[in-house]
Amino acid sequence: MAETIIEVKNLHKQFGDNVILKDISISVEKGEVIVLIGPSGCGKSTFLRCLNGLEPIQGGSVTLHGEPVLYGKKSLTKIRQHIGMVFQSYDLFPHMTIAQNIALAPLKVQKRDKKEVEEETLKLLDRVGLAGKADSYPNELSGGQKQRAAIVRSLIIHPDIILLDEITAALDPEMVHEVLKVVLDLAKSGTTMMIVTHEMAFAKAVADRVIFLDGGEIVEEGTPDEFFDAPKTERAKQFLKTFTYSD
Amino acid sequence: MKIMSDLLSQLIEKGVLQKGIWETVYLTFVSAFFSYIIGLPIGILLHVTGSDGIKPIPWLNKVLGFIVNIFRSIPFVILMVAMLPVAKFVVGTSLGNKAMIVTLIIAAAPYVARMVESSIKEVDKGVIEAAQSMGTSNFKIIWKVLIPESKPSLIVGAVISLVTILGYSAMAGTIGGGGLGTIAINYGYQRFNNDIIWVCVVLTIIIVQLIQELGMMLAHKTDKRINK
Ligand SMILES: Nc1ncnc2c1ncn2[C@@H]1O[C@H](COP(=O)(O)OP(=O)(O)OP(=O)(O)O)[C@@H](O)[C@H]1O
Ligand SMILES: [Mg+2]
Repeated sequence: MAETIIEVKNLHKQFGDNVILKDISISVEKGEVIVLIGPSGCGKSTFLRCLNGLEPIQGGSVTLHGEPVLYGKKSLTKIRQHIGMVFQSYDLFPHMTIAQNIALAPLKVQKRDKKEVEEETLKLLDRVGLAGKADSYPNELSGGQKQRAAIVRSLIIHPDIILLDEITAALDPEMVHEVLKVVLDLAKSGTTMMIVTHEMAFAKAVADRVIFLDGGEIVEEGTPDEFFDAPKTERAKQFLKTFTYSD
Repeated sequence: MKIMSDLLSQLIEKGVLQKGIWETVYLTFVSAFFSYIIGLPIGILLHVTGSDGIKPIPWLNKVLGFIVNIFRSIPFVILMVAMLPVAKFVVGTSLGNKAMIVTLIIAAAPYVARMVESSIKEVDKGVIEAAQSMGTSNFKIIWKVLIPESKPSLIVGAVISLVTILGYSAMAGTIGGGGLGTIAINYGYQRFNNDIIWVCVVLTIIIVQLIQELGMMLAHKTDKRINK
């Protein structure tokens, strides 16, 4: 019944001699929203990057719908069309308009019909509150608007899963909300997502499952209620404490 | 006192000077065009196959880099003479404008390759990863991301290359080619007509300024990162 989108088995990742991730296994089911949290430098970004083959792995396996994600292999271009990714720094193409940014992958990679892509672009922009920004260039938008455009760019390829890496970390506080609202809305409509965030209130609201990563391993895993209200491990308790002044 | 020497007014009357302007422009642009046909792909390859490139191929990168460096380290006058047999092979003669164009291309293509490489290097790594993460193939990343995203910088590079080639082209006279440099040497320097030298200098400056201004305007217009 449940359909597995991504399956990670015993993933091992190191940079040189520096072991970042050891023996990580996770499976992501369709419609699930997983929030990955953990102290800075624990390897959250690295983990996401391993999922779509932006980083080579030194052990274990990652599969998408049963297909292995192999770093540097030709098959990656196919697999990546099923994985959306949104980065902390937006990474919109500066010399393309918002519409061109969004249409690049569906037109040039997926070879879809131009008219259909244009229509969907406008529809999605409207959905994230960016109607009328199609012909703007990225530098004409605020950070929050850029990030929402980047979300649309990841949505338009109709991915099976979207990976979001601290997408509000570079934003001014007043813009964080508008972006997270879009993500919450996606979660409600059943989009499968793996989210790395330092926004604990958001994590609690959006997650079906919280995974706490520390020291290169999954230290704790559970529903948001379990994790935030009754963390089982000492390390999770310590980590959550660092956020309490703001709660 | 006359403003112009007789020789200068004769040169203008007979259209020699006008022809010189045209030959300088023609030598420069035709050579630049072919230098880009060769240098652009090499420059792209230099970046793409480099260690930060989207497809690192260390041996190819080393070989290309080595060849480019060799040509770049030879002073143009020497390279020009050394390449005359190549010119003869390609265009059938080692004299005149055609031979000059061949030697200019050989000298400028490696220069262009480095210019292109450094322009493309400026494209933000995150932006390239964003393109990769959508499943864009390396070939399409080159055409749809690297080149369009570095366009303003590529144009600035082209302006610099054009001015450099124009400078080289002044030596065309050495092998029987034309242009303002040849006029300055043949009629000015050798016949002691300083005014001819100065006219050629001023004309060259005007051409360089035009290339510079138009090129920079174009670069500015294609740059979408700056608020206008
Ligand atoms: N390309 C790289 N080469 C070498 N070391 C790297 C590289 N990328 C990341 N690292 C190291 O791997 C570790 C994990 O980095 P990563 O960016 O995945 O952490 P993170 O959990 O996302 O941190 P943050 O919350 O600050 O974003 C860090 O110690 C980092 O220095
Ligand atoms: Mg990170």
